[in-house]
Amino acid sequence: MKQPSPYSVRLESDKASLWKDNPPLLTALDLELTERCNNNCIHCYINLPADDSNSAARELSTEQAKNILADAALLGCLSVRFTGGEPLLREDFEKLYVFARRIGLRVLLFTNATLITPELATLFAEIPPLEPLEITVYGMNQGSYESISRTAGSYECHRRGIELLLENKVTFVVKTALLPPNRKEMAEFRSWASTIPWMDTPPSCTIFYDLRCRRDSKEKNRFIKQLRLTPVQIQAILSRNKVEYQKEMEEFCSKFIGPPGESLFPCGAGINRISVDAYGYCQPCTLLRHPETVYDLKTGSLRDGLTNFFPEVRERKASDPDYLKRCARCFLKGLCEQCPGKSWLEHGTLDTPVEYFCEIAHFSARDLGLLGEGEMGWEVADWRERIRNCGAQDVLELIL
Amino acid sequence: MDTKVSLDSIYAPSEDVVVRLIEGELIIVPLVSGIGDLEDELFTLNETGKAIWDQLDGKKTLREVVKVLSAEYVDPAGEIETDVIGLVEELQRRRMIVGLVKSDE
Repeated sequence: MKQPSPYSVRLESDKASLWKDNPPLLTALDLELTERCNNNCIHCYINLPADDSNSAARELSTEQAKNILADAALLGCLSVRFTGGEPLLREDFEKLYVFARRIGLRVLLFTNATLITPELATLFAEIPPLEPLEITVYGMNQGSYESISRTAGSYECHRRGIELLLENKVTFVVKTALLPPNRKEMAEFRSWASTIPWMDTPPSCTIFYDLRCRRDSKEKNRFIKQLRLTPVQIQAILSRNKVEYQKEMEEFCSKFIGPPGESLFPCGAGINRISVDAYGYCQPCTLLRHPETVYDLKTGSLRDGLTNFFPEVRERKASDPDYLKRCARCFLKGLCEQCPGKSWLEHGTLDTPVEYFCEIAHFSARDLGLLGEGEMGWEVADWRERIRNCGAQDVLELIL
Repeated sequence: MDTKVSLDSIYAPSEDVVVRLIEGELIIVPLVSGIGDLEDELFTLNETGKAIWDQLDGKKTLREVVKVLSAEYVDPAGEIETDVIGLVEELQRRRMIVGLVKSDE
């Protein structure tokens, strides 16, 4: 009894740091409550129609979802992200939400806000989720919003939902996806977002659009590809604050880029944080649904998945000849979005290079001075030198 | 809220919080709004706090809590009573515990 007051310590946002070298087996869970959505967004990688009865029939039952949440809590999980599809389409959403909170989980809800009711807003006010709700805003008016959502009346429902949350002082943040119908509204969006009391930082904006996660529609994939920004456009957005961008990227590159080798999972997928789909299959991350990397919780357990299945998945090495020749040796890993999840979406494999991301990474690298014209990242032997010189050149440019 | 603490009072964890023990750490998770100073806070207790918290079982008076802890820990300067009252005041202010009937009532 020699420790002085205070006796209680507020946990920082990085809760896992409390345990230092001995974190819980699971710290965060993504639970996709449904793949169905009441919107039909032009760029979406997952939405099925709200009335898709086949999908609804296969979804986890209330009890199954509760069991997964309870198991997660037993493993030390502190927060669950309810996502979808639109999670609020689940008729048992309130039950699952209250259950999650009652077993001591923080809840992060990804929603389009169109299905927020007065009762739900009151519930969030009385039993707060402990994480800000994240609401995607597709447009600042009915025309742009519904050009993206392709659902008549959705804009009005969305704004009503936001008003209900504001009235009830339910903490939320907003984000968007940059798409042709809303491209001219970004300044207006940022200005409006800054009026939301809980927006401490500028809103995030998706500029990369993933292909269909179930690989269920070539037609939709073609359309999503048409929406994608070019490498030039992406770099222009990323580097719009040139000096700040250059400084951040120098620091980033000095820490996080380098050839990944044959290992497929240099990321943290499947460690401490995992994703469960609407049907009870556990995935190492939200994107990766390759049959060889998912674990059926209906016949297994989260503990088994985390201690046996995912460690084995993470041991996998790349075998695609093109990947081994290029990506495994490319020092631009870190700038490049290439990963097993993206290969799955684009090619149905774990390691086929995705040309789109390769082009973006190379364009960015040239813009940063890491590569010369025509050079490829896997051809550069002195990549450490390049990173050091990139910073030095920039300092000279700024001085001169 | 009255946060005056008497050694003859009995306290128990509030139903407005969820208490979790994760890898040896006691985590207090607010269930309803108004717990703590900010809306999204989680709390953990240090070793002293945990030792006291474990005794707030809705049965023992704080005087009995001090007695139990004094039997378990060295307490040359009477710090235990100060610690117990200090933590209980803090937890009561945060609505993490509730006072039950006093033993003399």
